[in-house]
Amino acid sequence: MSDTPILQIENLSTYYGAVQALRSVSLTVQPGEICAVLGANGSGKTTLLRTISGLQPAAPGSRILVNGEDITGAPAESMVRRGLAHVPEGGGVIVDLTVEENLRLGGLWRADRRDRAQALDEVYELFPPLVERRNQPAASLSGGERQMVAIGRALMARPAVLLLDEPSLGLAPLITQQIMRLLHDLRDRTGLTVVLVEQNAASALSITDHGFVLSQGAVVARGSSAELLADDRMRHAYLGF
Amino acid sequence: MTSSLRRDDPPTDVVAPKAAPSTRPRPRIRPVLLTHLAAALLALLGVVALTFLVGPIEQLRIAKVGYLMLAIAGLQLLVGASGQISLGHGAFMFIGAYATALTVLHAPMVPLAAIMVLTVVVGCLAGIVVGAATARLHGPYLAGATLALAVGLPALALYFSDILGGSNGLLFKMRGAPPELAGLVTDNQWKAWVIWFTVLVALVVLATLSRGRLGRRLRAIRDDEAAAAMAGIPVGRTKVTAFVISAGCGSLAGACEAYLLGTATPSSFSLALSLSLLAALVLGGLGSLWGAFWGALALVYLELAGKELADLLGLSSSVADNVPLVFFGTLLIVIVMAWPMGIHGALSRLSGVVRRR
Repeated sequence: MSDTPILQIENLSTYYGAVQALRSVSLTVQPGEICAVLGANGSGKTTLLRTISGLQPAAPGSRILVNGEDITGAPAESMVRRGLAHVPEGGGVIVDLTVEENLRLGGLWRADRRDRAQALDEVYELFPPLVERRNQPAASLSGGERQMVAIGRALMARPAVLLLDEPSLGLAPLITQQIMRLLHDLRDRTGLTVVLVEQNAASALSITDHGFVLSQGAVVARGSSAELLADDRMRHAYLGF
Repeated sequence: MTSSLRRDDPPTDVVAPKAAPSTRPRPRIRPVLLTHLAAALLALLGVVALTFLVGPIEQLRIAKVGYLMLAIAGLQLLVGASGQISLGHGAFMFIGAYATALTVLHAPMVPLAAIMVLTVVVGCLAGIVVGAATARLHGPYLAGATLALAVGLPALALYFSDILGGSNGLLFKMRGAPPELAGLVTDNQWKAWVIWFTVLVALVVLATLSRGRLGRRLRAIRDDEAAAAMAGIPVGRTKVTAFVISAGCGSLAGACEAYLLGTATPSSFSLALSLSLLAALVLGGLGSLWGAFWGALALVYLELAGKELADLLGLSSSVADNVPLVFFGTLLIVIVMAWPMGIHGALSRLSGVVRRR
């Protein structure tokens, strides 16, 4: 069991019409790892997450395994049951609902009411600022608080793997740092696996164990975070020289 | 913020700290339901009182406001809460009206309550068929598909004229006030009560559903389908559910109309009706059941005002027939420009201003 990777992607390709957005991406994430997916704009980072969670169909021949189970082609709404939670770019907080209603959405599929209540308490414990805003509409939240709601909602499902799409988007560096630190703590406490998509390579690599660099839909570099920080190919992927 | 996170004990053993008291009050379904029931009871008493104050024609109009409100409220769940558009809700009213007519004609012993339940079931079944067929359609494509329904379905009455009575429709007799109340209560009055009772029961169900889990899911899907799916909400199934409930409401509204008028004719479920329902919803206010009330009121009384205006001007009948439509259309444009959230939005903003003073 211990040597089964929690997330294994083999030969993953995705097309938008005739345009190939991912080119045979293969990567492996071990349980309890935090891994960064880095790359410039349009390199396929978001597409990678969307394909993993079934929002975007994978091309034939691709294989996505979560904890050894093949989930390729499964509908997006079944992913939380398979232990995969995805925080989409921008958070996807439903502004029309209150903070608590948003959080509850994440646990709706659970049958056990007590378990849901406990998951909610845990999320509030993790994000104390949300407690006071519990009954406020999510539209009234700041960007940082919205990101907390988005991550909290994903955690309500008690996922094994958390896919995070640019949690730093539009946030002050200090808040970003807080969120990064929080992810790190969360992993240490619960053994959560995190796949983090980031533009901000330095801040992402400061908390991740290892990373992958995408360029034009293909993995061009992989390695430990320290290696990547010093790697020329990183600079090449981002800056193009 | 981070200090509270640096704990070594696993989260399951953590006793909730003062930040998250586990005894916090949760929104319960029961008080919501009770509030809705109390409001419905008050409304019913109001309608009963009102019918004693007005004449028989006005009583018919009150009943009409009732069932149109139900049809619009069903549309509210679909359009307002889940963001789907149906241009064909008149078709579900058609189904309800004909289901009622056929039951009364072929099985006269079936009690009214059973007929009403039956029409809801038939409407929901039709909703499942249409909803499942259109679940993958979005926006204008869904509107187009439902438009076809509104155009096509009433034509069935002409095609199967031996069963459905052709363009003259079906004529039947429904019992009005019970004999014990003869002399005290007129037939129209009784029918208005029965219709409002039915409508209010349906509205209580609708209001409670949209405040609960289904409502939250629908709003989540409307705002962000991808995020909703990732939260584990079955997007397709939830959308079809909204469509089915909405269709059931439309069908029940059609049954109420058939009960009131004692007829079911294809011409009363024209495309114009479907479009008016949607227009009335926008006019009344998207997003709230109150919008359905204002919309139904506007639908009935603006048409009346338009007719009276045409009479006053002494217009020929070919012009006069279109005056209500012009009237309604103009008002819709004005309202949408001035108050995009409709009559209800304007009123709630007004009451907010008054309260702040």
